[in-house]
Amino acid sequence: MFTIEVNNREVEAKPGEMILDTLKRAGVKVPTLCHLPGLFPSGACRMCVVEIDGIPGLTPSCAYPVREGMKIKTHSPRAIRARKTIVELLLSDHPDDCLYCVRNKNCDLQDLAEELGVRERRYTGAKSQYNIDSSSPAIIRDPAKCILCGKCVRVCEEIQGVSAIDFINRGSRSQIGTAFDEGLNISSCIKCGQCIVVCPTGALREKSYIKEVMNALNDPEKFVVVQHAPSISVTLGEEFGLKPGQDVMGIMTAALRRLGFDRVFDTAFSADLTIMEEASELVHRIQTGGPLPMMTSCSPGWIKFVEQFYPEFIPNLSTCKSPQQMMGAIIKTYYSETQGIDPANIFSVSIMPCTAKKFEAERPELARNGMADIDAVLTTRELARIIRMRGLDLNNMTPEGADTPFGERSSAGKLFGVSGGVMEAAVRSAHYFLTGKELTNPKIQELRGLDGIKETRVKIGDLELGLAAVSGLGNARKLLDDIKAGKKDIQFIEVMTCPGGCIAGGGQPLSANIETIMARMKMLYEIDRDATVTESHNNKYIKKIYKEFLGEPLKEKSHEILHTHYHKRDVLM
Amino acid sequence: MNYTLDDILQKHPHAKRDSLIPILQEVQEQEGYLSKEAVKKIGEHLNLSTSKIYGVATFYNQFRFEPLGKYHIQICRGTACHVKGSSKVLDTLQRELKIEAGKTTKDGEISLEVVACMGACGLAPVISINGEFFAGVTADKVKKILKSYRRKVTENV
Repeated sequence: MFTIEVNNREVEAKPGEMILDTLKRAGVKVPTLCHLPGLFPSGACRMCVVEIDGIPGLTPSCAYPVREGMKIKTHSPRAIRARKTIVELLLSDHPDDCLYCVRNKNCDLQDLAEELGVRERRYTGAKSQYNIDSSSPAIIRDPAKCILCGKCVRVCEEIQGVSAIDFINRGSRSQIGTAFDEGLNISSCIKCGQCIVVCPTGALREKSYIKEVMNALNDPEKFVVVQHAPSISVTLGEEFGLKPGQDVMGIMTAALRRLGFDRVFDTAFSADLTIMEEASELVHRIQTGGPLPMMTSCSPGWIKFVEQFYPEFIPNLSTCKSPQQMMGAIIKTYYSETQGIDPANIFSVSIMPCTAKKFEAERPELARNGMADIDAVLTTRELARIIRMRGLDLNNMTPEGADTPFGERSSAGKLFGVSGGVMEAAVRSAHYFLTGKELTNPKIQELRGLDGIKETRVKIGDLELGLAAVSGLGNARKLLDDIKAGKKDIQFIEVMTCPGGCIAGGGQPLSANIETIMARMKMLYEIDRDATVTESHNNKYIKKIYKEFLGEPLKEKSHEILHTHYHKRDVLM
Repeated sequence: MNYTLDDILQKHPHAKRDSLIPILQEVQEQEGYLSKEAVKKIGEHLNLSTSKIYGVATFYNQFRFEPLGKYHIQICRGTACHVKGSSKVLDTLQRELKIEAGKTTKDGEISLEVVACMGACGLAPVISINGEFFAGVTADKVKKILKSYRRKVTENV
């Protein structure tokens, strides 16, 4: 550690770190539009420029390392003028349609224009004309709003290992696009939505299905059912000013009822169902020497990733549908039968932390008799929009319980929201299926936390299993390549597309930093710690549905309703 | 001599990303343009995504992504031609052909390319069709030239 001088104050700095990191720790706010923590600085936006004694020009603080004795002015008139000019130039080729923009009041560019006091249009010029790409069922690209910060390109390439988009053309014609500038729908995009999460403007957004859901809610003929994913209850509160990680389960259930949903179910229930099938499948594969390592199939971005980049691993993917799709399937079969409702009149909505779930819901192999199991997928952000639209005040609402029979869950199902959680849940049940006994300590510490690749070995009876939980598909690439090279002795792999799992999914509230994501994760662990039922197979409604309807895991009926298949995809990679 | 795409890639064994531009140039020289199939194969060879390759290739004017037309029009946008009004000629060509520069008409007959300078400044504004030069071209003149080539297309000569 040494000291540098920032705005005439002494500040502690660590050797080797960039000035921006030092400033952040010291509580000095310097704006940036292109910085991605943890990745190599790109220095693209120049918003973070500061004045350094002895250096003639302005220096981008994100890309310049600290030196002992350095004297920095972060908000000198010159630095502020430069930032303001940059924003004004960006605005000169921006649609300025903030009132109509999905990111209104939640936009980095808008915030900076306000903070820097932009009050007049000093630069006018030709506005670039672009077509909006709405070809994808999950993500909409509006290049006119793009400021070319490059964050989406870097997250897609460096974090997700997908590289569906890049800078194309040159100079004033530069834009972000796919290979051959084609629609996202036919590109290698896996719909994870991490690009939306990092986008500082409205250039990337989810495809909204709010209208479809509202129409269904207002249609007296429709029986509208909603399910919410395990991570939603610990993130939705942020949209309403609650502190990150606060669990709003009961309030959210109440709000969903006020919105007019006829039944409110918990996807954590079908996560329990997934575990029944998936743990049984793992046991079956181990006993019959089936394709191992088995890989989880809950995360639809990961599924598309395997289908296009690693088709040789398709047989390794669990054939289990994701919890969203299992819930959709049992609603339109078991539930509709027992309640005497025509499945054609059921409109099934899911609230997901995920944009790829919108794509998953449209997969043709997941429809039965030409009818989709899920009719509309909303992200956490879209749910917040509907709640605001209806003027519901979450702070003044009495918590309510979910509906039976798909509202009861074990805490194992709730753990699906965080990286490592599916694995932990599966091990708890696999242990019971193989030995007939419960784990003495259901918590597997090595699978917890935000590390991108977590590996451990567990003993189940006299069987020892190698386990890996991976999040962020760049990490999945590393692991798959190691497996291909024969370097790993692993039997079961959990992959979540987004770094950290669904708590950091592409449909979650924006502007989350690492602390926010940690808080979300901590709450899921606390829910598990305090739960009475911690194993999926001990969920009494799970037992009931097997007794009344499904029979046994992996048997004919469950196979027909709860399992699926995958196929190789030929896309431009 | 004719090389296939595979021949070209074989000439660059263990190539890394810094070989991308030479490979793109060789492929375009051989095939006339960069097809999706070629870009995909080059990507596999260099372990680069197609979006990255497309990004690099669109940065430069020299690469095209559609086959050349039977008649390839080059229009000079160098300084002398610009001063003499080549921008209007380009506008006219794009409007008449209903394509942008760098593209080929839907029937595959005529393609259009912008070049920086043909070294024929004395003839400005100048265009060349399959190597045949046309001097002092105006918007009206270029329409007539196009008409004569369209006739050649329909008469299939």
